[in-house]
Amino acid sequence: MAGNDGVPMLEVRHIVKSFGPLKANDNVSLSVGSGEIHSLLGENGAGKSTLVKMLYGSLQPDTGEILWRGKPVSITSPSMARQTGIGMVFQHFSLFDSLSVADNILLSLEESFATSDVAEKARQLSIDYGLPLNPHSIVGDLSVGERQRVEIVRCLLQNPDLIILDEPTSVLTPQEAENLFETLERLRSEGRSILYISHRLEEVKRMCDRATILRHGKVVGECDPAEETAESLASLMVGTNVNKANRRTAGEIGEPLLEITGANLPAGSPFAIALKNVNLTVRGGEVVGIAGVAGNGQSEFFRLVSGEDVIADAEAIKIRSSSSGSSGINDRRRLGAAFVPEERLGHGAIPDLSLSENLLLSRHGSDNAAFLRMGKLGLIRTDIMLDATARICENMDVRKTGEDPDASSLSGGNLQKFIMGRELDRQPSLLIVNQPTWGVDAGAAARIRQAMMDLAQAGSAVLVISQDLDEIFEISDRITVMHDGELSEPIPIEDATYEKIGLLMGGANPGHVLPEVEEHVPGDNASGGADK
Amino acid sequence: MIRVELVKRPQHSNFYMLMSPFIAFGLTLVFGALIFLALGKNPFTGLYFYFIDPLSQVWSLHELAIKAGPLIMIAAGLCVCYRSNNWNIGAEGQFIVGAIFGSMIPILMPGFQTVLTLPLMLIMAMVGGALYAGIPALLKARYNANEILTSLMLVYVAQLLLDWLVRGVWRDPQGFAFPGSVRFPPAATLPEMIPSQGDAHYGFLLALIAAVAVWFFLAKTLKGFEVSVLGLSPRAGKFAGFSASAMVFFSFMLSGALAGLAGISEVSGAIGQLREVISPGYGFAAIIVAFLGRLNPLGTIAAGLLLALTYLGGEAAQISLGISDKVVRVFQGMLLFFVLGCDTLVHYKIRIVSRSAEGSAT
Amino acid sequence: MMDMWQNIILTIATAATPLLIAALGELVVERSGVLNLGVEGMMIMGAVTGFAVALATGNPWLGMIGAVIVGSLFSLLFGFLVLSIATNQVATGLSLTLLGLGLSGMIGEEFVGEPGVKLSNIEIPGLVDIPLVGRLLFGQDPIFYISIALVFGVMWFLFRTRTGLTLRSVGDNHDSAHALGIPVLRYRYFAIMFGGACAGLAGAHLTLVYTPQWIENMTSGRGWIALALVVFASWRPLRLLAGAYLFGAVSIGQLHAQALGLGIPSQFLSSLPYLATIVVLVIISTNRRLTLMNTPACLGKPFVPAR
Repeated sequence: MAGNDGVPMLEVRHIVKSFGPLKANDNVSLSVGSGEIHSLLGENGAGKSTLVKMLYGSLQPDTGEILWRGKPVSITSPSMARQTGIGMVFQHFSLFDSLSVADNILLSLEESFATSDVAEKARQLSIDYGLPLNPHSIVGDLSVGERQRVEIVRCLLQNPDLIILDEPTSVLTPQEAENLFETLERLRSEGRSILYISHRLEEVKRMCDRATILRHGKVVGECDPAEETAESLASLMVGTNVNKANRRTAGEIGEPLLEITGANLPAGSPFAIALKNVNLTVRGGEVVGIAGVAGNGQSEFFRLVSGEDVIADAEAIKIRSSSSGSSGINDRRRLGAAFVPEERLGHGAIPDLSLSENLLLSRHGSDNAAFLRMGKLGLIRTDIMLDATARICENMDVRKTGEDPDASSLSGGNLQKFIMGRELDRQPSLLIVNQPTWGVDAGAAARIRQAMMDLAQAGSAVLVISQDLDEIFEISDRITVMHDGELSEPIPIEDATYEKIGLLMGGANPGHVLPEVEEHVPGDNASGGADK
Repeated sequence: MIRVELVKRPQHSNFYMLMSPFIAFGLTLVFGALIFLALGKNPFTGLYFYFIDPLSQVWSLHELAIKAGPLIMIAAGLCVCYRSNNWNIGAEGQFIVGAIFGSMIPILMPGFQTVLTLPLMLIMAMVGGALYAGIPALLKARYNANEILTSLMLVYVAQLLLDWLVRGVWRDPQGFAFPGSVRFPPAATLPEMIPSQGDAHYGFLLALIAAVAVWFFLAKTLKGFEVSVLGLSPRAGKFAGFSASAMVFFSFMLSGALAGLAGISEVSGAIGQLREVISPGYGFAAIIVAFLGRLNPLGTIAAGLLLALTYLGGEAAQISLGISDKVVRVFQGMLLFFVLGCDTLVHYKIRIVSRSAEGSAT
Repeated sequence: MMDMWQNIILTIATAATPLLIAALGELVVERSGVLNLGVEGMMIMGAVTGFAVALATGNPWLGMIGAVIVGSLFSLLFGFLVLSIATNQVATGLSLTLLGLGLSGMIGEEFVGEPGVKLSNIEIPGLVDIPLVGRLLFGQDPIFYISIALVFGVMWFLFRTRTGLTLRSVGDNHDSAHALGIPVLRYRYFAIMFGGACAGLAGAHLTLVYTPQWIENMTSGRGWIALALVVFASWRPLRLLAGAYLFGAVSIGQLHAQALGLGIPSQFLSSLPYLATIVVLVIISTNRRLTLMNTPACLGKPFVPAR
C-alpha cells in the first residue's frame, strides 16, 4: 500500500445500494491510501458510477459505512463531500455553457469563498498546474479538452485530499492524456490521493498503484495493475476472456460507394462546428475509421453524410455514384445507405416507443413496400413489423422482456445491438456509424464490431466515427481524423500509429510527424512530470 | 419534511394509461364536493345536479350532444397538435373565423339556397379555420415565433373581428340595432337529427366521424406515426426523414379546419345566425377535453361528453340550487389539473419519502 | 399642452406597470428553467384578491399584500405539479390559467358592480411639481415605485449575487447543477413563488390602481402579453422595462385614438396590442441565433433527479 501511516485516506466497508430489484453495489469494500492513485475498474454498468456518487454525496448507501482518515463519516451532499476534502471531476462534465469559466468555478465552491478573487485564483492555479485557462471565456465556446481543464481546476481550487476522476481520458487526445497524467503524478507527489475510474487498461497499468475491480456490483478482485497484463485485467473485468474481433483477410476492395468531395456545412447553432472542405472516399469491402476528440464536428459530419442536413451542392456527396448532397435521408437510404447515430435514446431510437415502432423509424422509407400498404394512405402493417423485430432481436442476440417492449426498457448494449441489427437487416451497401460502442458492455461491443467487419467482408462499405482509438485501430482499414471541422488525409492501417493519429487529433499539421514519439504501450516510464 | 420522489418505470403502464382520467375525475368529484360545502350547499345534491340530473331527460341529452359536438371536434384536432408538440391554444379563434367564413354564404349570398349551400358553408368554414391556424404555423415554421403566444393573441383578434362584423357591416338591418347577422335560411341550417325529440343537430354526428377518422389516421397510418415521432423527439424525427416544419403546418391547419367546422356547426346548427358571442369558451375547454381523453381522439368522445355535462350541470345547479354557473369553469380547471398530475403515473411510480429518513440535499 | 403630455405619460406608466411586474416575475421563473404559462391565471387571482381584501378591510394596502400572498400560493399548485410530479409545463401552465380565470369568476361574482378602494398616490411635496416628469417620478401610486425597484432589484439579484448566479445555472443546465449538489427543485420552487407573487401584485394593480372595480376576465390577456415581453426582452430586466413601456404606449395610444374618433372601428384599435405582440415576437424570434444564445437552455424541460 502506498499510504504512509497505515490509516487509509478513504475506506469503504460493505456498501450496498439497490435500485428496486437491481443491486448496483453489493457489499463493496475498498480503501485508498494517502498519495495513492487507486483505480476503479469495471465495465459499463458494473456499479462504478453508483459507488462514486455515494462517495460524492449524490446518493446514500443502503447499508455499509464510509471511513475518512479512519473515522466513520456520513456524506449527505456534494457540498459535504467537498468540505470533507473529496473533489470530483465528472465524466459528463457538470458545466454551464452560458456562464463564464470563473462563474462555473464559483458555483462549486463553498459560500465562504470570496467571490471577487475566484477569477484570479483560478488563473494562477491553472498556470501552476500547466492547465492554462482564461477565466472570462464562456464555457460553451471551449473545446472538450479545455472544458476538462475547467473541471479539474474547479476541483483543485477546493484543495481536496482525494480527487475522483471519472473516465477522464475518454475525451482527450493521447497527447492531452499525457498532460493529464503529469498533472496527476504531481498531485500524488503532493500527498493527495486519486480514485481513477477507467476502462482503459493500458493507462491504468501505467498510472495506478492499485486497482479494485467491480463486476455486476461486486468486488471481484484487487491487484497491483503493474503486475498484470491488459488481458488479465480485461478478463477480471468482463469475467470471460474477450476476443478481439477477427481481423478478416484482406478482401477485395471494390467500387467507391461513398464519395465526398469538397463538402461544406456552415455551423447551425452558436456552439456548433462548421465543416470545411471535407473529402473522403469509401469503397466496397473496406472499413474506414474517423478518429477525433468529441466536439470537433463528428455529429455535424454525420448529419451531412446522412442527409439530416442537406446542402445545395448535390455533387459534393455521391452514394453509389448518385449525386446525393441535396437529397434527404430517405433518398439516401433508398440508394442502399444505412445510418446509426451516436445517441441511442432520442436520436437513433425513441425511448417511449416500442421496438417495432422504432424499426419503422428508420425503415419506413426504404422498406415501404414491406411495412406499409395502400400506397399514399400508408397503412402500417403491424404483423410484418413484429416479425422483422423478432428476426433482428434473434440475429443480434438482443435481450429484452416481453415481445415488443419500449426501447427505454432495454440496456444500452442491447438497444445498440437492436439499432445496429435494424440497419444490418437491410444488408446495406453503405453503413455509416457514429460511436458504435459508446457506453456499451464488452460483450455487446465485440458483437457490434464483428458485425461491421462482416458487413465489409461481404462487400459493403463501412464508415465508423469513433472517439475510441482502440476501436478504430481494431476494425479500420484506413484511418482519418476529424479536427475542428476538417478531415485529414486517410492513413492505411499499416502506416498508422497512435502517435500519428493522436497528433492529428490535436490538430497538428498532417504533413509532419514528430520524431521523439514513445512506444504507445508504455510500461512504467512515468514521464517525470511530478518534479517539473 | 415530506418529499415526492419519482421512480421511472422501465415500461409505461397500460393500467394507468387507461385509469388516469378516471382517477382525475374521482379527485375532481372529491374537491367539487368540498367547493359545494364551502358554498354552504349539500355536496351530494350539488354533484347530483351537476352530473346526473342532466342525463335523466331526453331533451337534456340533446343539449348534451349540442355542447359535446364542438368540444369533441376541436379536441380531436388538438390531439394531432399536442401529440406532435405543436401548442395550438388558439382554437377558440379558429372556431370563430371558421364560423365567419362559413357564414359568408348565407349572409353575403342570401339568394343562394340549394342543396350545395350547406356543404359549401362547411367547406368554407374548414378553409377559414385552417387559414387562420396557418398564421401561427407560418410564424413558427418560418420565423421561429412562439406558437402558444401567437395563436392565443389571434383569439382576441378574432373575437374583435367578429364583434366588428356583427355590429357593423354584417348586422341585420331589420335587427333593431341589436348586434347579429340575418337569421340563416333553412338551406343554410344544419338540420336536427331527431326533430321530434330535441334540438341536437348533425354537428354531433360530424364530431363523432371526425374523432374516429382522426383516431384511425393517428393509430394506423404512417403520417400518424410521423405525428408521434416528431412530438416525442424532433431529432429522431429528422433521422426518420420527417420534416418538423411541415408538421407544424399540417397539425395546425388540420386542427384549425376542425375548429372551423365546429364553429360553423354551432352557428348554423345551434344558434341560427352570427352573433357577437358564439362560444362559451369551447376552444379552451377543448384543450381540457384533449388531455382528459389522453390525446386519443376516441378518448375525446368520452371526455367531450363529460365536459359538456359540466356545462349543463352548471345550468341545472344554478336553477335548482342557486349555485353560480361560474363554478363550472372551476370544475373544468380542476379536471385538467388532476388529469395532468395523474398522467405522471403512466411513466413514473410516485413515492412519498420523509426527508429525515434519507437526508439528501435535493 | 404640457399637462396633456404629462397625463399621457402617466397613463402609459399605469398601463405598463402591471405588464412590467408580471413579466419580471416570469423572467425570474424562466431564468430558473421553468416556463409558467399560468401568468394570466395568477394575475387575475391577484386582482380579485386585492379587490376583495381591500373591500372587506377598507385598506388597499392589505389588499395588495393579500394579492401577493394569494398569487404565490396559487403558483405553488403549478410548482407542485411541474416540479414534484414532473408534468408537462405548457399544459400545466395553461390549466393554471384556466383554473385562475374560473376561480376568480366564482369568487368575484358578488363584487360585480361594487365600487372598489383605490390605492392613493404617494406624492413627494415640491418635486412633484417639476414640469413634465414631476408627477411621473414623484407623484405615482406605490405599485409603480415597487415596479421600478423590482427591475433593479431583479437585475442586482440575478447578476450580482451568488444566489442569482446559482439560479441562472439551474436554468442553464439542471443536470450539472444537480451533480454539484445544487438543490435544483428548491431553487425552482422559490422562483415560481416569486413569479406568482409578482403576478399577484400585477393583478392587484389592476383592481387597486388601474380600474378600482371588479370585472370578470379583466386581465384580458395581459398575462400573455407579459409572457411575450419576456421573450422580447431576451430575459433581461432593463429591456423588459423598455418593452413594458412600449406596450403601455401602444395600448394607451389606441385608447386615445378611439377617443378622438378617427373613423377607424374601435375593434381594430383594440386589437392593436395583440397584433403588436405578434409582430414583436416575430421580429425578435427571427434571429434564431440570438434567441438560442439567450434562452435559458433548460427552459420548459422537466427535471427528475437521476438516482
